[in-house]
Amino acid sequence: MTMDLSMLWYLVPSVIMFTAGVFGFITRRNMIAMLISLELILNSADLNFVIFNRFLFPGQMEGMIFTLFAIAIAAAETAVAIAIIINIYRSLGNTDINSAKEMRH
Amino acid sequence: MGITLPILILAIPFTMFLVLGIGGVKMPRKVAGVIGILANASLLAICYTVAFRYFFSGDTQFIVDGVRQQLQVFDVTWLAFTERLVVKIGFLLDPICAMMLIVISTISFMVHLYSWGYMEHEPGFQRYYAFLALFTFSMLGLVVATNIFQMYIFWELVGVSSFLLIGFFYKLPSAVSASKKAFIVTRFADLGMLLGILVLTFYFPTFNFIDITHNTGNVLASTGGATFLGASVLTWALVLIFTGGMGKSAMMPLHIWLPDAMEGPTPVSALIHAATMVVAGVYLVARMFPLYLVEEASMQFITWVGAITAFYAAVVACCQIDIKRILAFSTISQIAFMMVSLGVARPDIHEGLGYMASMFHLFTHAMFKALLFLGAGALIHAVHSNNYTAMGGLRKYMPITHWTFLIGCLAIAGIWPFSGFFSKDEMLSAMFSYSPFWGYWMTMVAGLTAFYMFRMYFLVFWWEENPHYKEHKPHDAPWQMSVPLLILAAVSCVAGFIPFGHFVTWNGEPYDIHINAQVAATSLTVAVIAIAFAGWLYLKKNDKPSLMRQALPALWTAAHRRFYWDEIYLFVTRKIIFGGICKGIAWFDRHVIDATMDAFASMTQFVSVKIKGMQSGSVQTYVVWYFLGALVLAAITWICIL
Repeated sequence: MTMDLSMLWYLVPSVIMFTAGVFGFITRRNMIAMLISLELILNSADLNFVIFNRFLFPGQMEGMIFTLFAIAIAAAETAVAIAIIINIYRSLGNTDINSAKEMRH
Repeated sequence: MGITLPILILAIPFTMFLVLGIGGVKMPRKVAGVIGILANASLLAICYTVAFRYFFSGDTQFIVDGVRQQLQVFDVTWLAFTERLVVKIGFLLDPICAMMLIVISTISFMVHLYSWGYMEHEPGFQRYYAFLALFTFSMLGLVVATNIFQMYIFWELVGVSSFLLIGFFYKLPSAVSASKKAFIVTRFADLGMLLGILVLTFYFPTFNFIDITHNTGNVLASTGGATFLGASVLTWALVLIFTGGMGKSAMMPLHIWLPDAMEGPTPVSALIHAATMVVAGVYLVARMFPLYLVEEASMQFITWVGAITAFYAAVVACCQIDIKRILAFSTISQIAFMMVSLGVARPDIHEGLGYMASMFHLFTHAMFKALLFLGAGALIHAVHSNNYTAMGGLRKYMPITHWTFLIGCLAIAGIWPFSGFFSKDEMLSAMFSYSPFWGYWMTMVAGLTAFYMFRMYFLVFWWEENPHYKEHKPHDAPWQMSVPLLILAAVSCVAGFIPFGHFVTWNGEPYDIHINAQVAATSLTVAVIAIAFAGWLYLKKNDKPSLMRQALPALWTAAHRRFYWDEIYLFVTRKIIFGGICKGIAWFDRHVIDATMDAFASMTQFVSVKIKGMQSGSVQTYVVWYFLGALVLAAITWICIL
């Protein structure tokens, strides 16, 4: 039953996720919200890996395995990002991206 | 011979350098000094073991049918650049090497011990011992070199350690400029040596000394009779290699660094600038002697350079005030003596007597000149001045220094039975047998030697007591300084009786030394007359010396200013090279090369100032730009694909 749907049906949600992620990353001021947007971007990329593997190279597993790696690394990266955000919160008292502009010319 | 002892000979001083150089600052002075001296004592024992085993064991690897052999204890490949250019590090044991092991380890030990007293209150005591260890390592590596490239490497290392030790008192501007002068002049000479090595090995592709000296015919044949500017390329190669020796051994016209090198601590002058490093040039010629024999022109060159230098330095030494400078010029003169002796050595003249005599004099000279320098150090220690004008009448105050110094002076003047007499007599007979002209010439130099040494001796120990002694009474040095003086004085008394010809000859065959009665009588008479003349002038305070000086003021000033060699060098470098030839190059450097670089820098600065506003600190702005950039790239890719 699932095979009736073409690859496009799977790619469109991925594109929507990606665009939403980029939009969120640019517009939200809260760092946690930005981090969530970043996760959306990452997940859309993971989804693409799985989709292309499934439809273009059905007999192989590289895309799937790579996605598992990417998820694991994304988790580690999130931990680092949250640690940074906590430290910023401790020193600045908020998580607004506009208040963390020290690193400039 | 096993490789343990030879490796230890190089490893001990190098380890000492690392230990004292890295850990020295953390150590108390006494610990650093004791470690340095103990390590040197063990080095002394090992060097003596190796040398004595070589000379006396009678083992067939050292001596076959009475002929001493050259033995490569080990020779390992260190750098293999190409098939032909392979640099090896090894240990070559032969008569001159074994002799040098004795000389270096003895003098180095004496100087280590002496410095304990002499340098006691100087800051940087540990650094000083580290540098001494570095020097000992480099010098030992130089004499045991199996190939000319290894010798070149260690040749540079002794130059570096000499530089470091001359500039030891780095807060004195004079010491700094003296160390730079020494390094630049010798380095300049080493350029010639490197060129010589390249020319030689271009035609005969091996660095190994044994290969070169045992196949001199093949070396000559390999050049195929090629000539350059009227001389054969082999002559060029040998003369260029000898240039390096001229630099290190302070032959004219590259002698200018040695008198200034006296800015270093006095024990350093004794070790490096009297006994060991400065004879490296003589050692180099001796090491490649069979090859030098092939080219008569190069031997002539060595003889002429040596003879002129010997005379020049002896004359200058007569008119110096600083006692260390007198000794420095005396060293130059004596090394030139050895050079002439090598230059006149021929296998058909008394079986290569000149070579043996030169090495003999190297040995005796190292001992008595180190003694004289260490004695001068004791004098300077006592009166705090280098000039004899601050001394005079010291014989009552410093008896040990006085007697040992007198022995050193008698030895260098060539008075029987002190060691200098025997070696000088052998050298002079070699010169007389080669050509009476050089014989008389060098006898005259020997007379001058006796004169200037006793001029200094009388002015320091007799003449008139300096009035300052009442405020600051001079006294003999502490035991660490007196013991080396006594030992070296004892060696200088007996070293002449060593049957040196049985140990060191140019081809390893034993040679019986005969005192040539006529030559000995001549040189002895000349020396005694010179000493008597010096005594007549300087024994008691009188105005004869100043009258003589007033009679020939121009000559005295010229000799005192070392015949203006430094001024000539300054004129050539500052006025002609820097002021003339280099003007255009300097202009090009400033206005083309530097200007291009400056243009790059100012352009970068200009652009970066203009665009630095982009780095706003707002992460989201960056993301927008990044995203737009990615879109543009995607669009370009899409267009290209379509």
